[in-house]
Amino acid sequence: MRTLFRTSYKQDLRLWRHRGDLLWYGLLGVVLLLIPATLGEFYVGEMGGVFIFAIAGVGLMMLTGYTGLVNLGHAAFLGIGAYTNAILLHAGVPFIVTLPAAGLMAALAGVAIGIPTLRMSGLYLAIATLAFGAIVGTVLQKWDSVTGGFDGFAVPTPTIFGWPIEGATGVYYLSLAVLVFVLWVSANVLRTPLGRAMVAIRDSEISAQSMGINLALYKTVAFAISAGMAGLAGALFAHYVRFLAPDSFDVLLSIQFVTIVFVGGLGSLHGAIFGALFVRLLPQAIAIVRDDLPFGIGRMPGLEPSLFGLILVLCILFEPSGIYGRWLKIKRWFQEYPLHRRAAKRRQKTYARSERLR
Amino acid sequence: MVDAVRLLQLVINGAAAGCIYGLIALGFVLIYKATEMINFAQGDIMMLGGFFAFSLIAHFGLNYWVGALLAVVITAAFGFALDALILRRVIGQPQFAVVMLTLGLGFIFRAAAGITWGYDSVGFETPFTNRTVKLGGLVLGADNLSIIVGTVLLCGILYLFFSRTRLGVAMQASSQNQLAAYYMGIPVRTVFSMIWAISSGVAAVAAILLAPVSMIDVNMGFLGIKAFAAAVLGGFGSIPGALVGGVIVGISEQMAGYYLPTGFQDVTANVVLLGTLVLRPQGLFSDVLRKRV
Repeated sequence: MRTLFRTSYKQDLRLWRHRGDLLWYGLLGVVLLLIPATLGEFYVGEMGGVFIFAIAGVGLMMLTGYTGLVNLGHAAFLGIGAYTNAILLHAGVPFIVTLPAAGLMAALAGVAIGIPTLRMSGLYLAIATLAFGAIVGTVLQKWDSVTGGFDGFAVPTPTIFGWPIEGATGVYYLSLAVLVFVLWVSANVLRTPLGRAMVAIRDSEISAQSMGINLALYKTVAFAISAGMAGLAGALFAHYVRFLAPDSFDVLLSIQFVTIVFVGGLGSLHGAIFGALFVRLLPQAIAIVRDDLPFGIGRMPGLEPSLFGLILVLCILFEPSGIYGRWLKIKRWFQEYPLHRRAAKRRQKTYARSERLR
Repeated sequence: MVDAVRLLQLVINGAAAGCIYGLIALGFVLIYKATEMINFAQGDIMMLGGFFAFSLIAHFGLNYWVGALLAVVITAAFGFALDALILRRVIGQPQFAVVMLTLGLGFIFRAAAGITWGYDSVGFETPFTNRTVKLGGLVLGADNLSIIVGTVLLCGILYLFFSRTRLGVAMQASSQNQLAAYYMGIPVRTVFSMIWAISSGVAAVAAILLAPVSMIDVNMGFLGIKAFAAAVLGGFGSIPGALVGGVIVGISEQMAGYYLPTGFQDVTANVVLLGTLVLRPQGLFSDVLRKRV
């Protein structure tokens, strides 16, 4: 087992913990860069989808996993970003401007929903964001002079400095670049006073407040960051699907994002990636084994959502720390191999904090 | 005159829809008051109740009243089992875990119903289908009237149950203070499961009352989202509030559908919900309570 001895502040500030991290992340980077050259078009496209969901997942992780604010309307920000990007591109604005604009627009929407919900917590916030998501979904459908309504909206091909971003490979590299950027921003934010304040708010609002943290400010900023990342993901999603339909940004998509955060593991950026892999690849895995399943289980129409639901339920009941938490436990088991003790991993008993105000 | 009749018609239709929202919201509120959990699967439990009734009445050919009663009992038993087997295990986990758990359960219920009963809309014959009642110059659908009367009756029964029976009082005690109730010898866990049973039974009643008006299908659980508006409007801890909130949401929805351009009807419930949360987060019917450290 590796024990870290920190001997300088510089070491404490580095984004990697030790050289092994650098090696493995470097290898991962090389593999990811080589994927389009080795795998077929279909898998490259799927991986692009995973990256886009991971970007939105990282955004939601900043809000739910690190600030402790629930958002059941994350898809709305994705939709706002997607339509902003597509409409601006259509108007002839270059992509290099529309991508940040999509993020900015979604961030503004995030502030707009963040401020009125400042006083809410837990359940009320969940319900309010659910309602917000439903309202945005309906607006996208009915405001057809701008969004094209149910006819959909064709997304023009983006160009960066004259280079057209075309096909699955183009979207793949673009999404990968944005994902790395988003992860870098998040990892850095989490080490600043802003990130510390967010974690403090998650752990106890009252004690954070008594330490002098401006709850309203930091919660709004967390909403803005989260929504901005979702907006970026939305802009990429527009190019991924190439044809926007308003009903793709509904409550079910929001629930998929929450599933990413939950199944991946609350409170870790790794978790968002694992969750995105899970949510995007599970349908593919089902499609592959569909014909080999006995009793025609594979052809049952509700198989996919029910499996999602089942895994979500099992995850909450048996592994609340998600895939990443389980991975850490497995890793530790190998590290400590002969000296492994069960009790070290026993879940701490938790008690619900009552929201009743008395 | 025509306008007044039209308006009254809208109000009655809205009140009928609102009663359904109110009944679903009642389920939320009962569970929330007792266990501080929120059941996002309430709408899907209602859907299951509707399908149970469909099976019993249309499939096995039972009498409407017997079938309805049996369906309510089965759904209530289902709710009891749900709490006893699954939800009891997550007590103490963060609230968001419960939200996700019930959302996941909702998915499972929806898929299970789709596999068992198919994805087509179904319906069954009720004594109220396609009948009208003449009240003065007003022609009312017996279906809408039955919803309103049924809701009022059910509320009366629930009121008597909670105020007059030993079990009802024990339930009130457990939701006011779990520890004190436990010390007084009330089996709090079983009582909580019974509250889940009641709330599921109420959902089944809602589905059965709704059956003459709209078909039963797998996605009828999404009504639950509108019922949130009702519960929040009523203050989320108040049982009469949930019903009044439901009626307000139902009527304003009908009004919006009639007087505003298309599209507004779909968002009315959500706008009412957000508006309430922003302007009066404690709801219409709840006392102001301040947070203490």
